[in-house]
Amino acid sequence: MPRGDQPIDHLLRRAGFGASAADVALYGGMSLSSAIGQLLDYQRQPDEVDSKIGQDAYVGVTTRGGMFSPNTNIEDARQRWLFRMVHSQRPLQEKMALFWHQHFATAYSKVAGGTNAIQATKMMALVPGQLPGPQGQLELFRSRALGKFRDLLIEVARDPAMLVWLDGRTNTRTRPQENFGREVMELFTFGIGNYTEQDVYAAARVFTGWNLRLVNPAGNAQDPTSYYEFVYNANQHETAAKTFTFPISASAGQTIPSRAAADGMQDGIDFLTALASHPETARRLARKLWNFFISEQESAPVAFVEGAAGVYLKNDTEIRPLVDYVLRSTWFLDSRSLYARYSWPVEFVARAVKETGWQGFSIDNARTPLANMGQTLFEPPDVNGWELGAGWISTGSMLSRMNFASTLAANQKFNLAREVPTALRTTPDRFVSAMLERFSPMAYADGARAALVGYVASGAAWTGSDAQVNTKAPSVARLILGSAEYQFV
Amino acid sequence: MASITRRRFIRDGVAAVTISYAAPAFLSDIARAQGASSRNLVVLYLSGGNDALNTVVPYTDPFYYSRRPNIAVPAGQVLQIGTDSAGKAVGFHPRLTGLRDIFNEGRLAVVQRTGYENSSRSHFQGTDIWGTADPGTTSGVGWLGRYLDSLGSTDPLVAWNTTRETPRALVSRTVGVPAIPDARAYSFASPNTGAEAVAERDAATRMAAGSDSSRPHLAFVNSTTLGAFGTLDRVGSVVSYQPATTYPNTGLGLALKTVAGAMVRGVGTRIFWVSTGGFDTHSNEGNAGAGGYANLMTTVNDGVFAFYSDLKNQGLLSSTMLIQFSEFGRRISENGSQGTDHGAGAVMMALGGSVRGGLYGTTPSLDPDPANPTLENSGADVRYETDFRSVYAKVLDSWLGVNSVSVLGGNFKSGPNIL
Repeated sequence: MPRGDQPIDHLLRRAGFGASAADVALYGGMSLSSAIGQLLDYQRQPDEVDSKIGQDAYVGVTTRGGMFSPNTNIEDARQRWLFRMVHSQRPLQEKMALFWHQHFATAYSKVAGGTNAIQATKMMALVPGQLPGPQGQLELFRSRALGKFRDLLIEVARDPAMLVWLDGRTNTRTRPQENFGREVMELFTFGIGNYTEQDVYAAARVFTGWNLRLVNPAGNAQDPTSYYEFVYNANQHETAAKTFTFPISASAGQTIPSRAAADGMQDGIDFLTALASHPETARRLARKLWNFFISEQESAPVAFVEGAAGVYLKNDTEIRPLVDYVLRSTWFLDSRSLYARYSWPVEFVARAVKETGWQGFSIDNARTPLANMGQTLFEPPDVNGWELGAGWISTGSMLSRMNFASTLAANQKFNLAREVPTALRTTPDRFVSAMLERFSPMAYADGARAALVGYVASGAAWTGSDAQVNTKAPSVARLILGSAEYQFV
Repeated sequence: MASITRRRFIRDGVAAVTISYAAPAFLSDIARAQGASSRNLVVLYLSGGNDALNTVVPYTDPFYYSRRPNIAVPAGQVLQIGTDSAGKAVGFHPRLTGLRDIFNEGRLAVVQRTGYENSSRSHFQGTDIWGTADPGTTSGVGWLGRYLDSLGSTDPLVAWNTTRETPRALVSRTVGVPAIPDARAYSFASPNTGAEAVAERDAATRMAAGSDSSRPHLAFVNSTTLGAFGTLDRVGSVVSYQPATTYPNTGLGLALKTVAGAMVRGVGTRIFWVSTGGFDTHSNEGNAGAGGYANLMTTVNDGVFAFYSDLKNQGLLSSTMLIQFSEFGRRISENGSQGTDHGAGAVMMALGGSVRGGLYGTTPSLDPDPANPTLENSGADVRYETDFRSVYAKVLDSWLGVNSVSVLGGNFKSGPNIL
């Protein structure tokens, strides 16, 4: 499979994190339809990526002060997630987890401030079974990545990190707390314009009593075996009926009926079910998936939005058929969709590593650069998530992208040089062509390509010696990775 | 530099975008020609919706205490700043000792109850409205962006955003405002050194210089790269700034120190944007001595007071104005989490050598009677009295020296006389 504007390469940039040489070999033999099937039906692939951490053939991780502890140390949790982006055999699952992280944007720092670093990391990233307690929020996103949105929404409302992040755990009968009730309508479902202040008040009352409890066998919340779990606290639930300006159910109209406190958790289920099934939620998710998978540069056409929303509603809010619809739509492969999205910083990092190589490189090297590029995983700036698209690009963030590329290329310099065979070293032009084979930027205009060749030809006369290639290869890689053409997926 | 702005791509489409280039080498000359003596404006955004009633405390209002049983600042602890025009006494949160000192020097103006009709209680819509200065529009160019457009400058460093994301207010048609949270990280690295690294950077410049307007997104990234290369040296000059004043080790302290450094080094920046977050205090606000809100007040006070003192030392106070805003105030009654939910009327402040200090606007009565005209939303929220755009108008007309009517798209000249 050649690099460039080919459909499968495009698919892997969008539905995955780009293609390593091994991915090129694997997917290159498939039809586009089978490749989409392979990505969508990821449960047929083993979920074993974490077991590769620490093995020589994979990108490294860096531990600080002892063991690698991704369930209790947030920096290690970040490394584990980046490792998965680079190496997972289920790239679409990781991609959707990232999509949901942006959609239900939750920041570790506030969760840690409300609990402690160990509990907050567990709430964000615990892999179930590795320590006592419920799965972390990221694992919720992974496990329900393509499931029913209604179920995901209900699980998010019960998610310990979310209950701290949007203060749900302090929402009580006598003093309802509006934070989650507002954002679940404004940001998580149908969006602004579909509700009133009175709906916000009512939504807050719906979730009274949805709370957390600390399970603390060791008597110490700092102990990794302690954990927070969801609890419905019936005596904090406000039992009166709640009336909205939009339908809750066919039978009850716009009102959630008064219920006994013991049954009051059903209020929230009814409310979230109504939101998940609302046609404006369907359209909003359709538009978000358009921007994520197809194009940021053109808004979703009505035909797409209505088609996608219809698939979502017909399938009882299930996301898998919706993503299937998106990836198999004619818009996905339209030439105007190619490179029509700015890469997020984590996408840039994962793709650069996959294409440049990683032998002897630790993914922890991306930690500070990612912060300077504007994206620290588990730390979105607010509940609205990151500012996407051109918002990623500023002078400072471009320098950070270029400088990460420099670190990576310098680290990989001998690998990069070694993989250019002698036959392709004969001229600067041929050398540039060979280097471009391993990367997937959008096609360079003549002037930009000439500048690359001009750089290779600069200095001492070109001989293609090992010494010369060792010098030029990393800088050419840096120039490609740092070029505007590489900042799009 | 290319005259392309980021959000315009997404929200306004690419058709409206035009591109023009100036050679980066000339940029620093342009900046110097504009002169370090130019007036600066620093905009401080308190992100999350600042609880105005605990910043400027109506401590003589019994409803303040009855509606905030756990988070009211005790009357005996507020810092007196006098009375409003109706004779109602208010005081600063006890952590605002530095701001009180600036107030007493007559260099701090406090404008109570700022906002607009039908205030959005959404952070994002609210922030966008304060950015566009148009309650009917949440996208497109911001009010400071329109000011930058009026300057006709081709230097991206005419404005300096110290946060990572470009705020709506700074979105401009002609200037791609750089985001530089930390001048030390604003550097350029190569896998090689010496002449080889220079040749690589030259190639990067040539690669970035060649794009055409038929691919505007590519051109935008390229122009950003050129902007980075063209501003590296000037931004780098700020790193070595060593103020005599000690700034607090907070994000805000570091940002304001960087701003002061840029002013002292005369890099040519006219508009600085700084922000500090955490004001979405739905829980655990605390009151006077402890709790989340006291910490927020300490962060603001210590950062701003260090900045003020530094500028005074450097003789830059007379050329500097700082204005502070937040997207909304908060509900009057505390919630069950010892916090407050999203509300309406907000407090703005302005300080600087030319600011006419004092208390502007009237203090609300917090009586929850739905007929109380100083409140709205059935007595739940403070109703605005001063249109926030009238404060912007004052800054534009009397400080930046441009016609506010053209920048704001309307006449808002009736604002408080803070300059």
